[in-house]
Parts: sequence; structure tokens; C-alpha cells
Amino acid sequence: MPLEETIAPAGTMTTQIDAALGWARKYSIFQYPFVTACCGMEFMSTAASHYDLDRFGAGFPRFSPRQADCLMVVGTISHKIAPVLRRIYDQMAEPKWVIAFGVCTCTGGFYNNYSTVQGIDTIVPVDLYIPGCPPRPETVIQGLVLLQEKIQKTGGRPRRTTEVLG
Amino acid sequence: MSGAAIAGERRDIAAADLHDGMAALKAEGYNVLVDLTCVDYLALKREPRFDVIYRVMKLDAAEGRDLGRVEVHCAVGVEPVLRSVRDLWPVADWLEREVWDMFGVGFIDRPDIKRLLMYESFVGHPLRKDYPIAKRQPLIGPKSGEKADSPSFNILRPTVVGE
Repeated sequence: MPLEETIAPAGTMTTQIDAALGWARKYSIFQYPFVTACCGMEFMSTAASHYDLDRFGAGFPRFSPRQADCLMVVGTISHKIAPVLRRIYDQMAEPKWVIAFGVCTCTGGFYNNYSTVQGIDTIVPVDLYIPGCPPRPETVIQGLVLLQEKIQKTGGRPRRTTEVLG
Repeated sequence: MSGAAIAGERRDIAAADLHDGMAALKAEGYNVLVDLTCVDYLALKREPRFDVIYRVMKLDAAEGRDLGRVEVHCAVGVEPVLRSVRDLWPVADWLEREVWDMFGVGFIDRPDIKRLLMYESFVGHPLRKDYPIAKRQPLIGPKSGEKADSPSFNILRPTVVGE
């Protein structure tokens, strides 16, 4: 049962629970770094003390998808690893978010060839695209802040296909 | 070291004599198989079409010195006619699998040749010059290229043709 329904019994209309849940969830992002390529160096730089993702509540990587909220796909995804990525996404519990980190995950980047997935959004839904080859840590942090805004706005509700955020 | 020294002397060996020729090289002291690769000469309309290239090196392991190299070219077609050199250099196992995977050049006298880099259900050999450059074979995901479930406005659509 979703947390919202646990807090508010059936028949109750809530106005502020989403805001409170969104606030709580956006500052406790447990990330799962799915690191396959060179973007991983930039990810490490972002996560380490100089740029310090921990300031945003996202400094705690969980290496089990069942404990993670946010799947960070960092690096080129080949067709061969694609089923693994999909399986890890399926193993994560709701609410969950996906970040495409770097151009290879966004669109395939310059690997327009027989072996590379042309954007991970063909296999998993993506909440946030961070372009760059690799993206600068500032770009990553800006992306993370945007994701936090998204989480705040949606209160962490499970995704709907037609949802477009304003 | 100059480029010529790294490339080493070139020898051309007929496909039928390959294993004997390589065994002779091994007996001469060429104890390291540096690389085993392949070139597709389709554009030159050469017959037979492929060159399988073996690069071997004489390594003095005690001193760590390179005592000379030989590059063996062996012209082959698509049919598997080359005898495997796994028995001479065990490293050839994976290299032969890679050549099979990428170029579709087969090897006989060896068990269990299967793809090394691509997945089992992949059709064709992607480094052949007649493999269509825009052909995509996703293992999972929509073949038409529509997005999984994304509200994004990503307009760069993958080129999906063929399989």
C-alpha cells in the first residue's frame, strides 16, 4: 500500500501530505550508480568531497537495487548489458527515479553503431537527462536539484505514462 | 623502437599450411601470440576475401626483451578452413572467438567456438564490410525505437532498420 494511503484513511482528502512526503523524499535520495564507462570518473568526482553530493542528501550509494530510490545510469549501455539494466530497474521498489548521466545514456552519443543502445529511454523510463561527454560536476548537481524539484512537485507518486511536468 | 621493428617481418602462409607454419614459428622461439585479427578486403573485390593476421613475438621473459616479431598473413574465405592454433598458444582461444564473432571466419580443430563480444542471438558479423551500417539488433527494447515510458521530448530517434 502506498505511504499516502497508510497515513490518510480512505475517504479523506489530503492537501499537505504530498508536500511533506516530497520534502522528505527529495532530501534522502539513495542512489544506485550503474557505472559502465568513463562518465564514472566524473560521477566519482561529483560524489567525492570536493563537490559533495551529500550536501543534497544524495551521498549514500546503495549497491543493491532493492534499497535504492534513484538509478543513476552512468556510461555507455550496450545491447548486451541492456537486459541487466532493465532487470535492475524492475527490482527497485517504488517510488523510484532514473537519471541518464552523459550523452551515451541520453541518446547513444557518438556511438551510433551496431552495439550501443540509442538512449536508455528505449528500455527504461527516464526522469532526468544530464547531457555532456562527460558532464561537469556542476551540471550533475544542477540535474540533481532539478530532480529534487520534480520529486517535490510529484510527492514521489508512482509514474504515470502521460505525466508531463510543468 | 621504430615502426618497422614493431611490425616485424611479414610472411604469407597458405591456409592449408597454416598450422604447420605456426608450429614452425613456435619452434623457432616465437613464444608469444601478440594478436590475432582479421581484415575484410571486400572493397578490393579480392578473392579469397579475408586476411587473418597472426602477430607473434620472440620474448626473452628473463630479460624482458623483444627479440623480434613476425606478422603472418593468411588469406581465407568464409568457409572454416583454418586449423586452430589453441594448442600452440592458449590465448588464441578468445582471439579466434573474437574473429569468428566480428568477421565470421571459422576455425576447425577446436571445440566450442561461440561469440565473444556480441550476444548469442545476434545475427550476422558486424565488422564485415557488407554489414549494413545502420542495422540495429536490440536484444530488448522496441525495435521501432519508440520510448519505453518517458515524458521526455527527446527528438533524436534511433535509426532502426533491418532485423
